[in-house]
Amino acid sequence: MKKKEVPQDHSNLASANIKDMVYAVDENGEYTTELSTGWEPKTIALDNAIKEIEARVEDARQRVLKNETSPIEYYMELHKMDLPILASYVGLWKWRVKRHFKPSVFKGLSDRTLQKYADVFEVTMEQLKHFES
Amino acid sequence: MQIDFTHKQAAHCENGVVSNLMRHNGFEVSEPMVFGIGSGLLFSYLPFLKVNYAPVFTYRAMPGLIFNRFAKRVGIKVKREKFKNPAEAKARLDANLEKDNPVGLQVGVYSLPYFPEEYRFHFNAHNMVVYGREGDTYLISDPVMESVTTLTAKELEKVRFAKGAFAPKGHMYYPISFPETLELDKAIMKGIKQTSRDMMAPVPIVGVKAMRWVASNIRKWPNKIGPKKANHYLGQIVRMQEEIGTGGGGFRYIYAAFLQESSRVLNNESLSELSQEMTEIGDLWRDFALDASRIYKNRSAQSDGYNHIAEQLEAIADREATFFKALKKSV
Repeated sequence: MKKKEVPQDHSNLASANIKDMVYAVDENGEYTTELSTGWEPKTIALDNAIKEIEARVEDARQRVLKNETSPIEYYMELHKMDLPILASYVGLWKWRVKRHFKPSVFKGLSDRTLQKYADVFEVTMEQLKHFES
Repeated sequence: MQIDFTHKQAAHCENGVVSNLMRHNGFEVSEPMVFGIGSGLLFSYLPFLKVNYAPVFTYRAMPGLIFNRFAKRVGIKVKREKFKNPAEAKARLDANLEKDNPVGLQVGVYSLPYFPEEYRFHFNAHNMVVYGREGDTYLISDPVMESVTTLTAKELEKVRFAKGAFAPKGHMYYPISFPETLELDKAIMKGIKQTSRDMMAPVPIVGVKAMRWVASNIRKWPNKIGPKKANHYLGQIVRMQEEIGTGGGGFRYIYAAFLQESSRVLNNESLSELSQEMTEIGDLWRDFALDASRIYKNRSAQSDGYNHIAEQLEAIADREATFFKALKKSV
């Protein structure tokens, strides 16, 4: 990539005042560095990944409202986590966390267990117990 | 307290931390040099391991390996510490800062407040330097940022004890002993040899063979897993290729810069020619990402599109196969 071809597309990096530093060759063929404000293919890939997560969050929210899953799954999606990540944050086996997705099991969880989830999700126990749409 | 530390932005975090820590200790080593000697360049495909609900693709060596190999090859010693207890981790960090010793930390990016939301995934192999503390505020040199920044003690503890794959467990590291002079020649040759060997490894998940495997899977995806998932997987390929600072070339440009610098150190003209070739390969990776992004942008599920980018990837694999054979012979 030539230095003058380093992309300066609009991206969300700008909002955080970050610029990517990249390596590119100057007119003499020497490697040098240049700052980039973003590159469209990457921005699209990131946007798609975010949209994917938003869809998962919305899907989980709907299922909580229909009493098909517990708020734990909703908050897991909201925090961009999956089962292995959440399990390691709360320090429980994956199968136990998965079981806590069942509304019937969730209702019977001890305050101690609920507090673990609440801490990870940075919500109060009340918020976790009484899901509000 | 604040240690007199020069922050220099880097394309990639691990190289950047190593390069900055080396400079602090009086050795000027460029970022590409660290990357090349540490055999940072790679391609790997781990279809059985899922991150964000898609398989793992990586264009570089495992976190931590670059520094370890670099250290071994140039003859410096690195001290690494991991902790179970956050209070102990903080105490050890403070003790080092007290002694005017800036340290590297491995952290998770999900809770890094200065990163834009779109970049905050559960990725636990980010690296930064802490170079001081003012009361409850730590002074941070994050190599992907243009200038230095800060984190509160609470924020720092959170990123040091992020959980999930590659959980940092408070991982702190710093060089403790150095050779009298830095001999780069042999280290460069070792680095190049290993990269050539890894890229041509006779296993399906690493190197050129892994690229061919991905290409053949791309052809199958639209029918096998449906267009939605196929597009999500393609997005993952591009996002991994496009970690911060790779310039779209999946670290190939950083490697080309390393070869150019090495051709001067070793007085080896063929490395300079190979650097140009690597730059062209980097450009091909960019074209590949661009065309892949067009598929998932338009959400098109025409198998033509998938076949087209699979061909592109196979062409890159052929070029890299020729390249690494020539590279191995050149040193």
